[in-house]
Amino acid sequence: MPKEYRTIRGDVALPYKWALGKTWTRFFDGLKEEKILGTKCTQCGKVFVPARTFCPVCLSDMAEWVEVKPEGEILTWTFVSAKYYGQVKDPPYIIATIKLVGTDCGFHHFIGGVDLSDAKQVRQKLKTGTKVKAVWRPEKKAEILDIAYFAPLK
Amino acid sequence: MGRAVAVIGTGQTKHGRRPDVSYPDMVREVIMVALEDAGITLKDVDGVVHGTMPSMMEGVSSTHLYFAEAIGAVGKPIMKVETCGSTGQSIAHCGFFWVASGMADIVLVVGSEKMNEGDSQATMTTVFDPYFQRVFAAGAPGTFTMQCMEWMYRFKIPEDKGREAAAMVSVSNHDNAMDNPYAHIRMKVTMDDVKNSRIVTYPVRLLDVCPSSDGACAVIFASEEKAKKICKKPAWIKGVGFRGEESFFGESDKSIWPSATEAAQEAYRQAGIKDPLKELDVAEIYNPFTYQEMIFCECFGFCPRGEAPDYVLKGTFKKGGELPCCPSGGTLCTNPIGATGLIRLAETVLQVTGKAGARQVEGAKIALSHAMGGVDQFNGVTIVSSNL
Ligand SMILES: [Zn+2]
Repeated sequence: MPKEYRTIRGDVALPYKWALGKTWTRFFDGLKEEKILGTKCTQCGKVFVPARTFCPVCLSDMAEWVEVKPEGEILTWTFVSAKYYGQVKDPPYIIATIKLVGTDCGFHHFIGGVDLSDAKQVRQKLKTGTKVKAVWRPEKKAEILDIAYFAPLK
Repeated sequence: MGRAVAVIGTGQTKHGRRPDVSYPDMVREVIMVALEDAGITLKDVDGVVHGTMPSMMEGVSSTHLYFAEAIGAVGKPIMKVETCGSTGQSIAHCGFFWVASGMADIVLVVGSEKMNEGDSQATMTTVFDPYFQRVFAAGAPGTFTMQCMEWMYRFKIPEDKGREAAAMVSVSNHDNAMDNPYAHIRMKVTMDDVKNSRIVTYPVRLLDVCPSSDGACAVIFASEEKAKKICKKPAWIKGVGFRGEESFFGESDKSIWPSATEAAQEAYRQAGIKDPLKELDVAEIYNPFTYQEMIFCECFGFCPRGEAPDYVLKGTFKKGGELPCCPSGGTLCTNPIGATGLIRLAETVLQVTGKAGARQVEGAKIALSHAMGGVDQFNGVTIVSSNL
């Protein structure tokens, strides 16, 4: 007969205060004013959002700030049907990587304003290159969810 | 490459749900198997390398400390190496470097995980930066599925064809796991079972995804002199490659995955491999998701970009095909993450030394193993051969 072995139940909940530094403080302050801020590398010319202190490609300082249009196109996406610990949304919802106009990187966010009742239908509507626009959350908290989601342009 | 280095012994636990052993007990179980396989004792070991996923997987920080005895590290130098899912390849490379450098003659490398003790996907979510990406993480499936979608769009792979090929990858891995006594999931599945299983992250379904496993793997590395003295049939390390990428998902093109491609190219260059499809006899790819196995086949040069589904559908990577992939059943059927990349290596060692039992690829002499980790960020590859 298989023996039952006991477990001991425990939790680990640790509080943190993650420093944003000057670059990301400014980025999140920008979101409060419905502005998406990036930085441009003066060495290689690439523009990154969220703004960076240093260029991820050539590692030089990125001192030049640019305001990016809150529009772009989908690079890739998926329709999430399972629930994950600590996630802010209950499934189903859509996550995507979005290339904002004039930038040289992907930007993680939700896609909203889409009928979620059938994943296959969503697949007909969304693809690489689908144009999307930021929808702002009315109440701002200087955090990434000040953008509620990106919605496909009609 | 430094000195020649061989693998002289491997060990695996029975993987799966292991409430019958505490974590230290499970680690001791695996090192005893590997030491016996190599025909040595702990006294012969000069140093120990250990690796896992982030500590919160089991809720104990720096687990290598609390099982110092179990891992054989008392009175010896120990290194802990951690690169997320690619940990298993990183610790293998670390053991290789240590012996190749001449600073040690015999090194014990151990990878372990007990994924059923916590919420593994919650731990996975903490891998993402807390400012920008974490709220969108959706565990590992979110990232990996976005990569698969990017790949299918990029190469204009019709959805139905991608679906059919991914289902075949699942069926083939599950069939293979039936031959592997260590595998966690051992059940036959049909194409329809896969295609009708519940959606996790569209288009990825439950049977496209690996399980959460408890398990450990140990591999013993030795210098040429020691290997020739101790071991009748060593497996020789012929090439190692490892590459990283940026932390923000979306800054590099995951559909052609530069780190996977370049890690393989580096290992091939060292091993003198020009045409991997022809020259390799078997591959153990880190395939937690069916679609990803196809991306890896392309990155490793087994077929042209965008054509992996065609090669899968014609059976190139099945058991008995031109280049069998994951005769063990792969990560898809067994994933104790910190051990997984090392299991891939151990399986290729069994293959090239003719010790793979029912999953043996007849006459295998040279093999590739691999692991990937992070937010689609790291890839490691190792080539082993029966010949020095
Ligand atoms: Zn630059």
